[in-house]
Amino acid sequence: MSNKLNLTLKVWRQESSDSHGDFVDYSMEGVNPHMSFLELLDVLNERLITEGMDPIAFEHDCREGICGSCAMSINGEAHGPVKSTTACQLHMFHFNDGDTITVEPWRAKSFPVIKDLAVDRSAFDRIIQSGGYVSVNTGSAPDGNAIPIDKETATMAFDAAACIGCGACVSSCKNSSASLFVSAKISQFSKLPQGQPEQKQRVLSMVAQMDKEGFGHCTNTGACEATCPKDISMDNISTMNKEYLKAILS
Amino acid sequence: MKLDAKIPSGDLSNKWVDYRSSLPLVSPANKQRQDVIIVGTGLAGASAAASMAEMGYNVKAFCFQDSPRRAHSIAAQGGINAAKNYQNDGDSVYRLFYDTIKGGDYRSREANVYRLAEVSGNIIDQCVAQGVPFAREYGGTLDNRSFGGVQVSRTFYARGQTGQQLLLGAYSALSRQISLGKVEMYTKHEMVDLVLIDGHAKGIIARNLVNGNIEKYAANAVVLATGGYGNVYYLSTNAMGSNVTASWKAHKKGAMFSNPCFTQIHPTCIPVSGEYQSKLTLMSESLRNDGRIWVSSKKGDKRHPSEIPESERDYYLERRYPAFGNLVPRDIASRAAKERCDAGFGAGETGQSVYLDFEDAINSMGKDTVAARYGNLFDMYAKITDENPYKTPMRIYPAVHYTMGGLWVDYNLMTTIPGLFAIGECNFSDHGANRLGASALMQGLADGYFVLPYTIGTYLSNEINKDKVTNNDSAFKDAEKEVSNKIDSYLTNDGKRTVESLHKDLGQIMWNHCGMSRNKKDLSKALNEIKELKNTFWSDVKVPGKKDTLNAELEKADRVADFIELGDLMIRDALDRNESCGAHFREEYQTDDGEAMRDDKNFSYVSTWENKGDKAEPILHKEELLFDTVTPTQRSYK
Repeated sequence: MSNKLNLTLKVWRQESSDSHGDFVDYSMEGVNPHMSFLELLDVLNERLITEGMDPIAFEHDCREGICGSCAMSINGEAHGPVKSTTACQLHMFHFNDGDTITVEPWRAKSFPVIKDLAVDRSAFDRIIQSGGYVSVNTGSAPDGNAIPIDKETATMAFDAAACIGCGACVSSCKNSSASLFVSAKISQFSKLPQGQPEQKQRVLSMVAQMDKEGFGHCTNTGACEATCPKDISMDNISTMNKEYLKAILS
Repeated sequence: MKLDAKIPSGDLSNKWVDYRSSLPLVSPANKQRQDVIIVGTGLAGASAAASMAEMGYNVKAFCFQDSPRRAHSIAAQGGINAAKNYQNDGDSVYRLFYDTIKGGDYRSREANVYRLAEVSGNIIDQCVAQGVPFAREYGGTLDNRSFGGVQVSRTFYARGQTGQQLLLGAYSALSRQISLGKVEMYTKHEMVDLVLIDGHAKGIIARNLVNGNIEKYAANAVVLATGGYGNVYYLSTNAMGSNVTASWKAHKKGAMFSNPCFTQIHPTCIPVSGEYQSKLTLMSESLRNDGRIWVSSKKGDKRHPSEIPESERDYYLERRYPAFGNLVPRDIASRAAKERCDAGFGAGETGQSVYLDFEDAINSMGKDTVAARYGNLFDMYAKITDENPYKTPMRIYPAVHYTMGGLWVDYNLMTTIPGLFAIGECNFSDHGANRLGASALMQGLADGYFVLPYTIGTYLSNEINKDKVTNNDSAFKDAEKEVSNKIDSYLTNDGKRTVESLHKDLGQIMWNHCGMSRNKKDLSKALNEIKELKNTFWSDVKVPGKKDTLNAELEKADRVADFIELGDLMIRDALDRNESCGAHFREEYQTDDGEAMRDDKNFSYVSTWENKGDKAEPILHKEELLFDTVTPTQRSYK
């Protein structure tokens, strides 16, 4: 087994949404480089519980990089330093012995802190509820092959649909914009024949809901794309803007 | 007590069609007066909530995650089966039915499985209409691939993220109903008890995980869609939060639990790397389509795989099962890997892994084609292990993945408690003793979109004239008080053991004695160990924090308490079943060449357990399985 690491963690601790938060230092010795970042937090939490202290709250579930639960900035970057990787799939072999690592929650007005690293991302659900669907009741679908979709289009739709709704894009954006998240869904449906009948209403409703939730506007900085663990492209934002213009002008 | 599965009469292929045309309906006006609680928002729960809300019912949906989109269905990779016969390879509803019954080693009901195969095609149509981006051929039609245990290509997929795309489809349908006001969605709410009134399920107690409030919800019927219980083993491919609590609370209130020991061990997972390990990562078994599995033919071979010449490699699945080769069903592939590792031929530092090699595939079809098919799985492997699978064969080992057992349900998917339904992985119904790949997504969506919305009418049509239940009933207050007291007892116990450490102990007992292969001696020993662990848990568990804030340890404590009781039942079930079938391999019952030996004469039944409280032993009831259409034979993949 490769060399163990000694690390210092600076973790944001905040009791509740309305209390004051601060960084607390924890030293971690003999860290196995094959552990994931969340397993590092598990080990620390076991220690805190044994010492009679409150463990660090953080969201996590699948630990396979697909559910979108885990959400934390590591050294100022959403999900940490490795591209196309969620925090749960970030392994400690990417860090060096002696490192100090800063861990904090997503920072955005629309994602209020619940406790420590856990934030409330229900705004994303409300945006999807405003129009992120095709209105087709169960039982009323035609045969699957009755809607042919060329391979390239299907691939592009898939690329947009791969978003896991983690919120890294919002957290890394200086304006706390949700444009990448919202545009990925709009773009998926704009490419597919199934999405066409409701396209106009969808883009208007979802953009309105995004604004209502208090997310900022997009100024094309590109931090969202750079930190997105699923490589969702900023081209989707162009598609959203085009669809929005089409909708308000028609 | 006689278990009545309420299987409709008539020819197998007409049962569902005839039944659906004759089962009682609830009029649109009456549907609007019926409230239904659905717990869990994975494929089964989200699809049922959306479909029933579309029909007019008032749905309250609950999930413990922060969004319904995060349920563990999202992690399913490989695909979803459907008998579309788009590939013109002779597939049919009957073949899908037959493969599923045979794959389950003849321990499931013919009628349920036939219905599953029958509605499978509708699922694909529904998902396509929702905008699920399935893989396509150049001509624009849907693409298929083959999967373990079958000889046709009937698996529909969306890269290696089929579960994600199907769940997002169901989530979008659910979101639409939330926006229309037909579904009230409660995220970060965990069901902590079931409420019965006059013996009928009429509501739940849920804990708000953010502020700790204990809340009471009444309804005309309750549906559990709460997934599997693989985390009883501590290490599994399940999400960290996946648990048995909702099912177990229902079990303790009278819902019988079937075949608890039928646990699927998935053959292609990334091996354990250390004791800090919190979960195991599965790689889709679609990898077995083009990857070849082997170990060295020399014991304790520590050479790098590239240094082991072809002549010294043992492609043991191809050797033992020439007809199916690397595509044998999961249980067989898993046991064969364990057999090689236990015999000393395993790969890697620990000797607890086997190679999954794509060298031949890359040579024959090119790296680009392999990357297009499996790229995301290769990336995932590289991310976790820091090794490049295009150059070095992957190392894999079996891990707990899926639980075929679950709450007993009849043909209507109703449990032994009137008004309580169970759908998806949390029921026992369709997979027998072993589930075939790409069939979990099929079952979850079949139950949620196309079965329960009809069959629940058989119960609700009798409820329309009854007085509406409210959460002021004393049964709710009693249950609320009991939950409250239990939470206080966790927080004031002040022991020394963390919940996590007790969960790990439970996992060790279950994996060592009730895992991939079992025997009477070890199972009996495990029964005592579980008893001791239960005592340790209640005397020495330490749960920090407060009850009125987010408190993950408190959530885990109640889940682990239930897992310990479930573990006890699983061991009893494994002890009772003196045969080997599917995923349940009893070492005493095997053929000379190490294959499972089923005993249809004595064990062709669904083991169905009735809980008799903490002080008494559970009682076994048997639902005899009748095979009118297929003839059970020894499963052969040779």
